[in-house]
Amino acid sequence: MSLFQIKSIRIKLLRVKASIATLALAASASALLLPAVHAAATEADFTAAYAAAEAANKEAGALRDQWTTTKTELDAAKKAADSGNFDQAVASAKEAEALAKASIDQATSEKDAWKALAIH
Amino acid sequence: MSVQSTIRLASIAFAAAGAAVAALFLIGPSAHAADKIDPAADAKAFQKYFTDKFPQLKLKDFVNGPYSMNEDMRKQWEEKEEFPPYEFALEAGKEMFTKPFKNGKTYADCFPNGGIGIRQNYPYFDQKEGKVVTLELALNQCREANGEAPISYVKDDMAALTAYMAYTSRGKPFDIKIPDDPRALQAFEDGKRYFYTRRGQLNFSCASCHVQNAGQRIRAETLAPALGILNAMPIYRSEWGSMGTTSRRFVTCNIQTRGVPLEPQSDEYRNLEYYLSYVSNGLPISGPGARP
Amino acid sequence: MASTIRVRATLNGDTTEVQALIQHPMDSGFVKDSKGAIIPAHFIQQLTFECNGKSVFLCDWGTAVSKDPYVKFSFKGASKGDELKISWVDNKGASDSLTSKIQ
Repeated sequence: MSLFQIKSIRIKLLRVKASIATLALAASASALLLPAVHAAATEADFTAAYAAAEAANKEAGALRDQWTTTKTELDAAKKAADSGNFDQAVASAKEAEALAKASIDQATSEKDAWKALAIH
Repeated sequence: MSVQSTIRLASIAFAAAGAAVAALFLIGPSAHAADKIDPAADAKAFQKYFTDKFPQLKLKDFVNGPYSMNEDMRKQWEEKEEFPPYEFALEAGKEMFTKPFKNGKTYADCFPNGGIGIRQNYPYFDQKEGKVVTLELALNQCREANGEAPISYVKDDMAALTAYMAYTSRGKPFDIKIPDDPRALQAFEDGKRYFYTRRGQLNFSCASCHVQNAGQRIRAETLAPALGILNAMPIYRSEWGSMGTTSRRFVTCNIQTRGVPLEPQSDEYRNLEYYLSYVSNGLPISGPGARP
Repeated sequence: MASTIRVRATLNGDTTEVQALIQHPMDSGFVKDSKGAIIPAHFIQQLTFECNGKSVFLCDWGTAVSKDPYVKFSFKGASKGDELKISWVDNKGASDSLTSKIQ
């Protein structure tokens, strides 16, 4: 492979890497921006958010690409819910869902993207 | 030109166009044509990549991983090899290997040549079971066949046993076989795909470190090249303060990229070991090893 | 049971080079196990090397020395065939010793 090809692939990969990183960053940023106007989250809100996050993480598991940070956020969500802090619990659950979804995106795009890294 | 030859020409052109269109459909989204699995070509290209990248090294030097990448590390390692940290595990492994099971049989009864000097043939593709069998898997299969409980795949007793078996094969070149069986070829290809696939929140593949950045540093560690990376297994890792098998390293590497690790002898890990061992065929077994 | 001490002592001219590897957990007392309980401190407190009955190297160790310690040092005044005795005592009162000949 020529140096130019390697360089262009590296740039492409950096872009993919950056886009996934941006996704995760955006996900975490949006999760922290709790709209001040809404009422406080309820236990029902948490249960729904947690279920959604778990479902996404389970899908990532089927793709054999779960992230350790997803589990950390899920645990944090549960812990916050146990102490009655449903605002934080929902925020953590939504973060976990975003991370799980990013991991699914990674597994899906890598199905073809891996070939660009392979030595021939 | 006659009508007949014109028609013939036209039909040839049509067929060519048809074939070209069909070929385009077959190639698919990847930039590389012909997804035919060719392990021999892969191994050749793999070895060439690294020998080109590190022209000062001989092929057999790659089995020493980071010690062939850094002169200072090498000096310290050579000194340590006089009294290697894996010595205790090696002795324990020899004792364990020769001790009979409750039913009177030993590990030697399960393996060709009594288990001595055979490590370089693992992993192999078991056509009856239809899957890759690693040395660790074979050892637990041996235990269970003889009424003993299986042991952890990642450390302690398993690492001691494989340390002893590796030691009896020191210097012998990796001799991994891929039978002419589509399942074996697929296992090889699956291992190859795993190696290059990015995973974990840090979005690294094995190749990110061990191909693209071999010889460079990640934090304080010098990265070993992927060529020959399994030849020193099992290893006493100073970071662990104990011995670990190939699966232990796969598990911890996954965790380091913030990916949830798979089961130590999962399909993915066994296929990965199959791929990495095959592309290092010809390089000598140097295990058991010591690493930072 | 096998000795916890492995030693090699070689004479080079008038200098004897000694290498020793000792099997010991050297627990600092700061590490927790998987259940969260502290693993109690368990480490070698004194390690001595004696040649012909005279102490040539004495170690007073604490928790900073890692598991399975490796020691290397040289000394003068010995001859080939002399006896080198290595012994250690840990904070739990356990001990081990080994005698080897200088080569």
